[in-house]
Amino acid sequence: MTAVWVSADQERCISGGRCMAATSEVFDQNEDGLVVVLTPQVAPELEDRVRKAAYLCPSRAIRIGDGPSEG
Amino acid sequence: MNAPTTTANEDLFAYPQDRACPWQPSPGYQDLGRQGPLHRVRLWDGRWIWMVTGHSQARRLLADPRMSADRSRDDFPAVLPRLDAPIFKPIAIIGFDPPVHDVHRRLLAPDFSLKQVRAMRPHVEDLARRLVADMLRAGPPVDLVEAYALPIPSMVISELLGVPYDDHEFFEAKTVGLLQAKSAEDAERAGRELWDYLDGLITRKEREPGGAGVLSRLAGEVDEDGDLTREDLLRIALALLIGGHDTTSQMIALGVVTLLEHPEQLAALRADPGVLPAAVDELLRLVSITDVSGVRVATEDIEIDGEVIRAGDGVLVSSSMTNRDPAVFPRPYEFDVHRTRGGNAASGRQHLTFGFGIHQCLGQNLARMELEVAFSVLFEGIPDLRLGVPLEALPTRSGGTMQGVHTLPIEW
Ligand code: HEM
Ligand code: SF4
Repeated sequence: MTAVWVSADQERCISGGRCMAATSEVFDQNEDGLVVVLTPQVAPELEDRVRKAAYLCPSRAIRIGDGPSEG
Repeated sequence: MNAPTTTANEDLFAYPQDRACPWQPSPGYQDLGRQGPLHRVRLWDGRWIWMVTGHSQARRLLADPRMSADRSRDDFPAVLPRLDAPIFKPIAIIGFDPPVHDVHRRLLAPDFSLKQVRAMRPHVEDLARRLVADMLRAGPPVDLVEAYALPIPSMVISELLGVPYDDHEFFEAKTVGLLQAKSAEDAERAGRELWDYLDGLITRKEREPGGAGVLSRLAGEVDEDGDLTREDLLRIALALLIGGHDTTSQMIALGVVTLLEHPEQLAALRADPGVLPAAVDELLRLVSITDVSGVRVATEDIEIDGEVIRAGDGVLVSSSMTNRDPAVFPRPYEFDVHRTRGGNAASGRQHLTFGFGIHQCLGQNLARMELEVAFSVLFEGIPDLRLGVPLEALPTRSGGTMQGVHTLPIEW
């Protein structure tokens, strides 16, 4: 099974915290309320919930891919 | 063509229509929902706009940068007469497109983050317990709106902003005056009084820097040539004060009604406090207190599901109906606090009660926390709570989109 990677774009983030509420193991909010990815490489058991977080994100700031993002 | 008044428009479904049941959408919307995801409806001024009842269409449209939230545009639809009042035209944050929207939203984001809100919770619990103790002392019957549902969000938002709670009767009355006004003139009058009040308050904060609350902090950041002018700050203060208490207080009130009318769901909640967050999201979904997820105007032609939304067309997303799209929510009209069960941890949270896209509610974490506290403290403190009048006799709001009750008589 290939691992899934997640990244989040702080430029797009509107700080609602939906990702953190859905999957606090992977997403956090910094002091400005902006998304922070704690673990870019997603553990297989968390993959479903990370996909859910991406779906719930209102500003489409969360990207899921099959490798680390380019920064 | 979207002509302002044509005889053809007169045949269209008239929007809005009142609910027949406090937690279910108006019977007319339910009929529309069965016919498809997109509908043409007629407004009070004869103009027609799109009403969206499909969940996936709503998500796509609300996240589409071609949809504008700019209230000052001539083609922006005034869904109710009061929304024609000049005070609503440049309404802060919610009524601006990027880049201004994003700049102002970011100034506020730190104060509304999940962590910030969690830190406030013990304080809100103390407040709710004090209010319950007061109700028990006063004895039944009590108006739950006045004694509980309104004071919680009202005190929380005044403290957060740094607005003296001693002035609450004034700003609560003016907010209701503004939001329930039947004409643009009445809305403008109430809005101006709030404006003058906030103007005076911000002047005091400018004179005495370092005070508590978001408004004191922002008063120190005003820069007439920068991102935040004094007028911007006043508009933001107004938007937060208005947005912060009527929605949440009416959601507490109708949430209590819904729980009391579904004793088996209330019992399930009591049996397992762990379902509280899910129960709150399910109540938010079902009650859809604002009834609307967002209003926009298309700035370009947008093709969606075989229809074309033309540049200049108004679009209204119905939260009560998108929250009942059977493709997303099985048994959509049922109240089920266990809806999130069955593996799909977020399924109950897919509701669009707080909107979607860049304007999704800034206060949603605060509102969720206040609702969790309000329901749990109330039913713990007054376990044999019941309605003081039959459900049909509740004085419900009418003629608008924002749902609610004027009073909520309770007994125990
Ligand atoms: C149950 C309670 C609440 C409900 C149902 C609710 C609903 C909504 C909805 C549907 C929107 C999106 C409107 C649109 O896209 O046009 C919104 C935006 C907003 N809400 Fe709430 N709200 C609630 C509580 C609050 C609270 C407590 C605050 C706190 C101050 C607040 C402040 C705002 C602000 C500032 C926006 C504009 C956000 C933006 O445009 O980026 N709301 N709300
Ligand atoms: S859900 Fe999206 S917008 Fe909200 S905090 Fe997470 S990344 Fe930001």
